[in-house]
Amino acid sequence: MPKDSGIGASSKRREDVRFLTGTGQYTDDINIHGQTYVYFLRSDVAHGKINNIDTSAAAAMPGVVRIFTGADFEGIGSIPCGWQVTDRHGEPMQEPAHPVLAQGKVRHVGDPIAAVVAESLEQARDAAEAIDLDIEELPAVVDMKAALSDGATKVHDDLSSNLCYDWGFVEENKGAVDEAIKNAAHVTTLELVNNRLVANPMEPRVAVGDYNRANDESTLFTTSQNPHVIRLLMGAFVLGIPEHKLRVVAPDVGGGFGTKIFHYAEEAFCTFAARQINRPVKWTASRSEAFMSDAHGRDHVTKIELALDADNNFTAVRTETYANMGAYLSTFAPSVPTWLHGTLMAGNYKTPLIYVNVKAVFTNTVPVDAYRGAGRPEATYQLERVIDKAARELGVDPIALRRQNFITEFPYATPVAVEYDTGNYPATMDKLEEIADLSGFDARRKASEAKGKLRGLGVNCYIEACGIAPSNLVGQLGARAGLYDAATVRVNATGTISVMVGAHSHGQGHETAFPQVVAEMLGIDENMIDIVHGDSSKIPFGMGTYGSRSIAVCGSAMVRATEKIINKAKKIASHLLEASEADIELKDGQFSVAGTDKSVAWGDVTLAAYVPHNYPLEDIEPGLEETAFYDPSNFTYPSGAYACEVEVDPETGKVTIERFAAADDFGNVINPMIVTGQVHGGIGQGIGQALLENCAYDENGQLLSASYMDYAMPRASDVPFYTVDHSCQTPCTHNPLGVKGCGEAGAIGSPPSVVNAVVDALQSGGHNVTHIDMPVSPSRVWAAMNNA
Amino acid sequence: MKLTDSKLIAADRDTVWQALLSADVLKDCVPGCQEMSGSPEEGFEATVVQKVGPVKATFKGAVTLSDMVVGESLTLTGEGKGGAAGFAKGGANVTLSDEEGGTLLAYEVEAKVGGKLAQLGSRIIDGFAKKMADQFFETFRSVVEGPTEEVENDDGAEEGEKKKGWLGRLVSG
Repeated sequence: MPKDSGIGASSKRREDVRFLTGTGQYTDDINIHGQTYVYFLRSDVAHGKINNIDTSAAAAMPGVVRIFTGADFEGIGSIPCGWQVTDRHGEPMQEPAHPVLAQGKVRHVGDPIAAVVAESLEQARDAAEAIDLDIEELPAVVDMKAALSDGATKVHDDLSSNLCYDWGFVEENKGAVDEAIKNAAHVTTLELVNNRLVANPMEPRVAVGDYNRANDESTLFTTSQNPHVIRLLMGAFVLGIPEHKLRVVAPDVGGGFGTKIFHYAEEAFCTFAARQINRPVKWTASRSEAFMSDAHGRDHVTKIELALDADNNFTAVRTETYANMGAYLSTFAPSVPTWLHGTLMAGNYKTPLIYVNVKAVFTNTVPVDAYRGAGRPEATYQLERVIDKAARELGVDPIALRRQNFITEFPYATPVAVEYDTGNYPATMDKLEEIADLSGFDARRKASEAKGKLRGLGVNCYIEACGIAPSNLVGQLGARAGLYDAATVRVNATGTISVMVGAHSHGQGHETAFPQVVAEMLGIDENMIDIVHGDSSKIPFGMGTYGSRSIAVCGSAMVRATEKIINKAKKIASHLLEASEADIELKDGQFSVAGTDKSVAWGDVTLAAYVPHNYPLEDIEPGLEETAFYDPSNFTYPSGAYACEVEVDPETGKVTIERFAAADDFGNVINPMIVTGQVHGGIGQGIGQALLENCAYDENGQLLSASYMDYAMPRASDVPFYTVDHSCQTPCTHNPLGVKGCGEAGAIGSPPSVVNAVVDALQSGGHNVTHIDMPVSPSRVWAAMNNA
Repeated sequence: MKLTDSKLIAADRDTVWQALLSADVLKDCVPGCQEMSGSPEEGFEATVVQKVGPVKATFKGAVTLSDMVVGESLTLTGEGKGGAAGFAKGGANVTLSDEEGGTLLAYEVEAKVGGKLAQLGSRIIDGFAKKMADQFFETFRSVVEGPTEEVENDDGAEEGEKKKGWLGRLVSG
């Protein structure tokens, strides 16, 4: 029987009322008296030397308040990188400066050169056209391997090369892995590209900087997934504003997908400029600007080798990846191809020896950073593609090959430094075979063939490391921050509750799901509970939302704070009931004395806390508010098995997704409807990557796909009705809710099954095609079929 | 992108060569050209209004002539800045040779775009560049030859006026 409230109930998303009725308060809805507008003049060459910027004519244009250039930011900090990777030789990565506005050189199309602040956006834009720029175009490096060749143009003249780092993991295993591959009965090799993507949240980035001269306080309203992280990075490293003088607010945010984690130059600019001109400064990105200034995702070029013994057991995996960093290091860019990618290369399999090599490369392109899944989709894609290829080469069933190599005992320490606490991979595969009706595939293939179409079935598994992450561990790995989270549970006199959470909701449904947890613990109505998020002045602290961490980390902090509330409330109840605290039980919002009919209601206890006339003042303080910080002891490891069925039109190469099934193990589930929605969205983005999306540059570093005419986002007609199941639940063993996180799974788990299905379809038509790079567009499929 | 083509022009090589060096002829031939001034030695300054897909802009730029072998070949190089629309750069290697019926003008054109033009117009830029080059050399041919029956212009009388022919105008002063 499904529950109608609390943990496990599909409570309706309460935030949708305001989103669907147009009453959300987004950053662009914030307008402050006296506000000015900034327009950024951006580079239209990929690489160039700034000889001169003449702003004199522009400064005289109507409405111009002030024009800023890189010179105004001399002595101001560089946009910081939050993660330092140590290379395979023990050296720190090369870390270039990242000025707020370009200084000396421009390094990618979209690099901001000057900022015009004016009374209106139109005036700012007009004045920007009047800026006389003398930029000497330099040769651009776009291709990663060319960027590493001798004599390649350097993106950063002060670095020794375009190599950010050459990372080996686990370096001590390299010799053994090489040996195992040399001695293997069979080695399958696959070279592939993980295509560059642009996240494209529905709401572009916006920043409003404000300054209050009366108390020297700055406020930044911004489209962020983690306002406290922005406060830390911008306050401490860029502008030198102490925390108590800097408030960062991320109100309603219309989608993030990773790209709103990072601290961006425009945020620092608006905050800085508001102090300089003593007026609010607002920036709203156009969609074109978003394409050339939001951090991009993926962009790996990989060679993977899978070694098997004579019985088809995996014996070793070796990978070599080139990872594009773009022109500057975005906030978490170095961690994505390394610790969020290399540590996942075991997948769901007991491969004993693994070696991952990653060369991170600077190019004259937009910076690349985390995008939904961040490193884990790249790991999953290459592993699940090479396994499929191996199965074909060996003539064995791809599902059987996977099952044979599944990890089945937990906890399991992988050879790539993580320990999976729980999982049941055969169970999710069983569930997948059931919900995807794999036994009916042959009949469906015949039906497709009767229509002149080729039909293919692709299956893959995935594992991800979520709930980022134990602070002491990530500190050793190079993170320059802790990754705990925090929550304050504030119980009001009448028993209603505000929970201030460090997680930020930008589509995830926290405002619905988080109260379900507290309601379950206290036995009260969910509607008595609201969460407060996204404002550094209102919440205790928070590391924000990314890496499917909100409920696993921040939710755990909320549980701990609620436990403290219960403990204190029981003390109050025991006083009111004149009973021993040990005998007090809380059920359905009533505190009762065990074994008696004496009870006191939740509201009476909370009222007593604030009107402490009859109260144990000698033992406890009045009030009922508790804060907890929670630092997880391990990552969480959601896993699953996905199946995709495609039809390929042999005349045109067009691929259509006919069926898609996902069997996930997210551990315990707070709100099944929200989880289903998250999986749907993730699969939609995964299908987008697999079939449609590609961020393209030409050889001069010109960005060619910067509108929806050229960058193909998935539309409703591109995706099927999904069959989604998350009834396989092996609860996480180390967090109090037993939850694992579900936000990224769909995007991680879906691309390999799509490509596996396309290859299967083509093979069924007699085409000896073993791989097609994403996006699997009609022209690529047609070319592969026709050896063109 | 690169493209190559040729045009047969019913004029002798010297006439064609002189026409290539004329600011007036270039102004007539560059599609959308509003202004053109300068000389072959100093280079030309040009203002061109063009619409590439969704982007319409006024490009201000310079055209230079180089690698000149009198009567045989030269390179035309142009770069136009269109403000917020981005920039366009192009070059044409032009060679002249005698051919029955006049002079064969062969050209290799290379075009590059940047900024918003590349972001919004890249899908159509190849076709656009081909169209521009075709128009340029076709107009050049008709300007040099003067009006003939087969290049009846359907743009009306004003254009027809110009089609007196470059040589004819020179002669008529």
